[in-house]
Amino acid sequence: MPPFVRYLTPLVLFLALAALLYKGLALNPREVPSPLIGKPAPEFTLPELKDASRQLSHTDFQGKVSLLNVWATWCVSCRAEHPLLMQLARQGVTIYGLDYKDSREDAQRWLQRFGDPYVANAFDADGRVGIDWGVYGTPETFVIDQQGIIRHKHIGPLTEEAIQREILPLIQQLKGEKG
Amino acid sequence: MIPELGHFALILALCLALVQATFPLIGSLNRTPSWVALARPLAWGQFAFLALSFAALVQAFLGDDFSVLYVAQHGNTQLPLMYKISAVWGAHEGSLLLWALILAGWMVAVATFSRNLPREMVARVLSVMGMVSIGFLSFMLFTSNPFDRVFPAPLEGGELNPLLQDPGLAIHPPMLYMGYVGMSVAFSFAIAALIGGKMDAAWARWSRPWTLVAWVFLTIGITLGSWWAYYELGWGGWWFWDPVENASFMPWLAGTALVHSLAVTEKRGAFKRWTVLLALLAFSLSLLGTFLVRSGVLTSVHAFATDPARGLFILMFLCLVIGGSLSLYAWRAPSISRGGGFELVSRESLLLGNNLLLVLITALVLLGTLAPLLYDALGWGKISVGFPWFNTMFVLFSPLMILLMGAGPLTRWKHHNPSDLLRAVRLSFVVSIAAGVVAALPLLTGSISAGIAVALSVWLLSTLLTGLRQRLQRRSGVRGLLADWKGQGGRAYYGMWLAHLGIATFIIGVTFVTQFDIEKDVRMAPGDEIQLNQYLFRFDGAAQHMGPNYRAQRGTVKVFRDEREVAVLHPEKRVYQVQTKPMTEAGIDAGFLRDIYVSLGEPLGGGAWSVRLYYKPFVRWIWLGGALIALGGLLAASDPRYRMRLRARVGAQAAGKGFGAESTA
Repeated sequence: MPPFVRYLTPLVLFLALAALLYKGLALNPREVPSPLIGKPAPEFTLPELKDASRQLSHTDFQGKVSLLNVWATWCVSCRAEHPLLMQLARQGVTIYGLDYKDSREDAQRWLQRFGDPYVANAFDADGRVGIDWGVYGTPETFVIDQQGIIRHKHIGPLTEEAIQREILPLIQQLKGEKG
Repeated sequence: MIPELGHFALILALCLALVQATFPLIGSLNRTPSWVALARPLAWGQFAFLALSFAALVQAFLGDDFSVLYVAQHGNTQLPLMYKISAVWGAHEGSLLLWALILAGWMVAVATFSRNLPREMVARVLSVMGMVSIGFLSFMLFTSNPFDRVFPAPLEGGELNPLLQDPGLAIHPPMLYMGYVGMSVAFSFAIAALIGGKMDAAWARWSRPWTLVAWVFLTIGITLGSWWAYYELGWGGWWFWDPVENASFMPWLAGTALVHSLAVTEKRGAFKRWTVLLALLAFSLSLLGTFLVRSGVLTSVHAFATDPARGLFILMFLCLVIGGSLSLYAWRAPSISRGGGFELVSRESLLLGNNLLLVLITALVLLGTLAPLLYDALGWGKISVGFPWFNTMFVLFSPLMILLMGAGPLTRWKHHNPSDLLRAVRLSFVVSIAAGVVAALPLLTGSISAGIAVALSVWLLSTLLTGLRQRLQRRSGVRGLLADWKGQGGRAYYGMWLAHLGIATFIIGVTFVTQFDIEKDVRMAPGDEIQLNQYLFRFDGAAQHMGPNYRAQRGTVKVFRDEREVAVLHPEKRVYQVQTKPMTEAGIDAGFLRDIYVSLGEPLGGGAWSVRLYYKPFVRWIWLGGALIALGGLLAASDPRYRMRLRARVGAQAAGKGFGAESTA
């Protein structure tokens, strides 16, 4: 073994580490498998945000492919993803909202100001329903199929890339499944 | 206009860095004095432009200029003045600017304080630092410009993360960066020596004070971070093994190994290759930390806004810097000469043991930090590596390290008669075992861990005292001591003494607080009383309280011991106006032997709250230890011999031990 081979060891170790880090860039550590995926949407009944006399519940998800977006007016990243939700709504995607630990007035003002992409919003003032849904930070977005089963969960703000690569293809696929 | 000037100054700094990375280096190789002479003014120029750029960003925050995107995201008109300034480095872009400014500051320091070094050496060192600077400045300009504008400008900014609105956190990042970036000086000295092919005792002597100072800053930064986590996060923890904490801890471990290894290289000319490798490693780990924090490959409570494009840029930069320097090492190392030999019982071999243990621990921390990524990349699933892994590792290796630490300073270089050494430490050994056994007695603590910790600390303390006694005997009394203080090597010795004492203090703090802290999670209505250890806590309710940019529920908890009031604590639950995240401010009664710590949980209605009460014995000793270590490092760095004019003797010595004198395979 020529003498310099021994001195190459640190370099080789570093290159292995660099390869690992390169691979790591493509992975998403926030993609935590949710125990809810493949399970029916957790049961809830909550008042609607704009019209408190109306009720919204898990049964509303039946018979169509929809998104449930967990958001709040105090959440800065929710504001960042808001234009993307508007765009999805214009493309005809059914989006429900879960307004999480918020105040009714603030939330309504938010929707007036930035636009309302939601077909309806469940108003979860104390975050109880959020707990059942395993929400640990806003925003989060669930994809729910025609049987009302959760098929995908996106943690953190939606991005253009996530929508094009994951959300929209999944919605297409789910629409193809028999309701 | 001012942000554009800042942006422009940044570009000019990059231009200067490009010149600095090339001309002085080439000039030093083909002996062109005018090119070599460029190094110092270029360093000053870079510093001036970066200071200008930094001042422009500070001005944008002070003037609430929300047309600058970065200010709009992290500034706010309601922020108190101090946090308007600390918001400059409160997020990704600005913290990079601070990084670059500090790097330029270190360059200027090298340019100023190394007048007695050969000019070629200084030129090479500054050129290497210029290369590092190119990387960071172009990273900033191409992916993370802090001066990007936004149109239309928002009326109000998004505010600095409330967690960071704290005096401790305002100074924690600058300290830490001083440490990270300071390691670049040792790195540059090593690279310059590899390029020049002259690897000798003089090189080690030049590197030592720089490494020590950088290491002191790193120590202070980590200690501050730990202290902040303790009082700000509201559950009394002081270290979390979070990837970002590990990112600062790994360079510290490697730096500690380097500080010791440099001593051997300077005094005995041994371990040269190993020392060079450690110098490369310490800075590489600082850079790796930057990558981990900003690329989003790992999740962390500290997460900066992450972006894969940025990650790719830093990874390429890492490959260039680390890959390049390790290639240079592989090329040059075979021809570095061996140093003086030593026997099995000698200070060299004990220091080698300490080095190997430190590097092993660094490797294990790295493995633990990257394990989630490794599992994910290999498709084995998702895991998280938590406390048990890291703690087991420390419990396993630190006793061995402490044993070596105690014996090391008592051992002579090259050769020490084993029976003499045994005689010197015999008493310490017996005393420490006895102290450990007594401490572990059921009457006192009844805990074996506490016994081991006491034994280790007493071992360290008693061997330090033995060493001090030996030294004073040789110096014959107080006058000798004074001379010792002013003479060469004296402060280095006392610095070591203090730093090792800091480790003894730290061990006691860590063990006692983990073994004996008491925690109670209770519901308390106004007037309720709870007994915890010898202390009685009475909750007197919570009231609304207004801060400059937050609303708070401010609780009042009175603490009694033996019917006597010990403390009145005011834990707070704050809601900041912009980022309405609830924040806890713990109420702490600090003491030398114990802390009492109260934090508010959630309101439970009717004026009742969930309250967390802690009794934390010896917790202050953790940070006291950190402070002693830092103080010791400073003392050692101030040793007069580092400021000596370079003597001919050193030069002559160096020539003999220099590069290529003997070849080893």
